[in-house]
Amino acid sequence: MTITFSDWITEIANWVFLAIALPTLGAAILVVSAKNIVRAVLALVVTLAGTAALFMMLGAEFVGWTVVLVYIGAVIILFLIGIMITRAPLTKNADLSQPMSMRAPAALLSIILFAVIGWAVVASFGAAAIPLPDEATTTASIGETMFTNWVIPFEVMSFVLLAALVGGIALARQDAPEEEEA
Amino acid sequence: MTIIQFVLLGAALFSIGLYGVLTRKNAVLVLASVELMLAAVNVNLVAFDVYLGDASHAGQIMTLFLIALAAAEVGIGIAIVLLVFRNRRSANIDELDVMRY
Repeated sequence: MTITFSDWITEIANWVFLAIALPTLGAAILVVSAKNIVRAVLALVVTLAGTAALFMMLGAEFVGWTVVLVYIGAVIILFLIGIMITRAPLTKNADLSQPMSMRAPAALLSIILFAVIGWAVVASFGAAAIPLPDEATTTASIGETMFTNWVIPFEVMSFVLLAALVGGIALARQDAPEEEEA
Repeated sequence: MTIIQFVLLGAALFSIGLYGVLTRKNAVLVLASVELMLAAVNVNLVAFDVYLGDASHAGQIMTLFLIALAAAEVGIGIAIVLLVFRNRRSANIDELDVMRY
C-alpha cells in the first residue's frame, strides 16, 4: 500500500512524527557541533529521548522505556563522569573539533553517505505504508520470545556484560603498590 | 505513516554520527557520536520490526541486545579514555600520534 504526499501530510500521526524527529535531528547536529562539551552530551539526551518517543509511537513501549533507563539513566552519567575525570575544558569556546580542513571533507562524506542511503531506500520502498499495530507490544510477549527463540543470544549477552565489567575494572583501576614478598 | 520516513531519519542520524566520529577531537565526544550511530540502527530495527509485522518481534529483541552491547561498549570506552588520560595527560585523540611515524 502506497501513500501520496497529500495523504501523508493530512495524517495527524505524521505531524507527531515531525514534532519528534526534527528536534531529534537538531539535537544530533548539536552533539557533533557544540562548542561546550557538557552541552554536546546533554544534546545527546534529547536525541535519545526522541528515539525513545519514536519507539513508543511505533508500539515498542518496552524498548522505548529501556532506552530511557539504560541510555538516559546510565550511559549519559558515564559520559559526564568521563568528561569530569579527564578534566575536559568546560569553557564556552573550547577547542573540541578538528580544523576546517578536516571538517569539510568529513561533512561532504556524511552528505554523500546520506544521499546514497536515501536513494537506495526510496528506490526500494517508495511510499510503502507502515501498518501500525492496534495495540502496543506487551512486555510479556517480548519476554516470552526472548526466553524461547533468543535464549542462547541472551546467555551470550550476559557473558559479554561480565567480560566488559571485568575488562573495565582491569583497565581503569590504579595499579596497587607492589606487595612485598612473604 | 511510511517506512521511509523512519529509515531516512535513521540514515540522517547515522551520517551525523559519522561526521562527529571524523571531526571530534575529544575522545568522550567521539564515543558520543558512536552512540548516535547506534541509535540510528535502533530506529531502523524497530521500524522494520513494525513494518514486517513480525509476530516474534525479532527487531525489538535485537534492539534490546544492541542497547546492552552499547552500554558495555561505553563502559570499556570510558575506561580506555581514562587510561589514556592517565598516561598522556590528555584525552584528545589528535595528540595520540606516537604510532604515526
